[in-house]
Amino acid sequence: MKQIAVISGKGGTGKTVVTGSFAALAKNKIMVDCDVDAADLHLLLHPAVKERHEFRSGQTALIDKKLCNKCGKCISACRFGAIKANCTIEHFSCEGCALCSYICPYGAIRMEENVAGEWFVSDTKYGPFVHAKLGIAEENSGKLVAKIRQIAKEIAERQAFDYVIIDGPPGIGCPVIASLSGVDCALIVTEPTLSGLHDAQRVIEVAKHFNIPVKLLVNKYDLNTGVTEKIEAFCRERVVPVVGKIPFDKTVVEALVEGKTIIEYAACPAVDEVKNIWEGLQ
Amino acid sequence: MIISIASGKGGTGKTTVAVNLALSLKNIQLLDCDVEEPNAHLFIKPRIRKEEKAYISVPEVDETKCNYCGKCREVCAYHAIAVLSESNGKKGSVLIFSHLCHGCGACSLLCPQGAIKEVNKDIGVIEIGEKGDMQFVHGRLNIGEAMSPPLIRQVKEYINPTRTVIIDAPPGTSCPVITVVKGSDFCVLVTEPTPFGLNDLILAVEVLRKIQIPFGVVVNRSDIGDGKVESYCKQENIPVLMKIPFSREIAVSYSEGTPIIKKDVSYQDKFINLYLNICAIKE
Repeated sequence: MKQIAVISGKGGTGKTVVTGSFAALAKNKIMVDCDVDAADLHLLLHPAVKERHEFRSGQTALIDKKLCNKCGKCISACRFGAIKANCTIEHFSCEGCALCSYICPYGAIRMEENVAGEWFVSDTKYGPFVHAKLGIAEENSGKLVAKIRQIAKEIAERQAFDYVIIDGPPGIGCPVIASLSGVDCALIVTEPTLSGLHDAQRVIEVAKHFNIPVKLLVNKYDLNTGVTEKIEAFCRERVVPVVGKIPFDKTVVEALVEGKTIIEYAACPAVDEVKNIWEGLQ
Repeated sequence: MIISIASGKGGTGKTTVAVNLALSLKNIQLLDCDVEEPNAHLFIKPRIRKEEKAYISVPEVDETKCNYCGKCREVCAYHAIAVLSESNGKKGSVLIFSHLCHGCGACSLLCPQGAIKEVNKDIGVIEIGEKGDMQFVHGRLNIGEAMSPPLIRQVKEYINPTRTVIIDAPPGTSCPVITVVKGSDFCVLVTEPTPFGLNDLILAVEVLRKIQIPFGVVVNRSDIGDGKVESYCKQENIPVLMKIPFSREIAVSYSEGTPIIKKDVSYQDKFINLYLNICAIKE
């Protein structure tokens, strides 16, 4: 069983369109959407939810107004600026360290477990799909990513699947690192812009830092062939295989609006290249 | 006034809006708080005159004072400390997993032996500079570092209240975004009229309503996709502040790191208008 994570550094380069195409092309696999704070893959896969679970993680401080003497000790101790001048907790700033609850002289602060989101196991016409929704203004996205990856891996092992295909989040931080850990291949989707190049360079270094084999594809490569060449040159230098170049293709947006993967929507140049890319990855 | 530019979905044009808005106005400070993947500097090309290291405080144990009581492990909410107690004459030890540490300070403050002090762990850099009259600050997270909020908070310490401050946020809706937009007077949500753009816009709207920051929407590539983003905004009474149609020319100039207003000066008035729309809502 192989785990493939599709990531990008820069957002909006086409990760989900590529991952959705792999869902339509790959046989014997499970799909996972690890972009838990702005998940979109479900808009292409139209899952029928079979299992729904609460994601409990972290805690938040709660001040008992009856016991609180407004001494302000908690306010100055909190490193996250989560306690306002009137001694109330700003829920979305609290990182759940519990320091305030330990130092409050009046025992007025207790910690409450958070429900930080939900995760789902679903059926789709392309097979099983594990996805999640982080609660509004909640944290711990890295832990939620780790959770759904573990569930997907268990299902894949139980059903002897060949692939776990992961739609990753943008950036290089916590949820990206959680999406990458232990995968067999990180596939970077970038675009020929200076931002795309800059961000791909950083995320390639992240993958290398964690010893993850990394490959790259350039989406909308013909928008600026000069920058595409720069990306290819960087990849040669860092020994990153470039597995494909997808042309700019208006059909992609049309398919998106219809809620379809490009594979099922229409034959077009982008589809041909994505098929080549998937064949090359196997 | 502090205006942050956020989006939910990545790649919708946050940096384009932040950069062009900043270049269209006077007395501006531009902060790029997308510290995982900062891009504004590629368009602004600022002269950096100061570089500072950003740190998070992580514990360091003085083993001559430590009696391996385990209090630090017990109070650490992030499981960043393991304590092996002394047994059979074998010395104990304390292991610190600094990548899990949030720098809350609980262990050092609560250690009964006073054996823990906090030391700085380098997590990234902050670069401070300018371009013409514009002040520019951005942060860059070190490769392999998981937590961006401490660095974002340190970039925001450079906010200059005598200026109009424009902050470029990272994509998404979780802790890094909230750390960025917290304290803003207004947030511009940049989206595109596709199902992905709409889905992630709705999530971002929920976040801003929860943390009570006034906001409006910029629709980028407004003539691709469908009309659902605009009907959503109408239904939810969310002001659409500006629409930027798709143009291959804009896309190509973006790809080269050229701001739109340098390519098409008529956009300067459009971005000034965006600012005036924001001011009108704030009044």
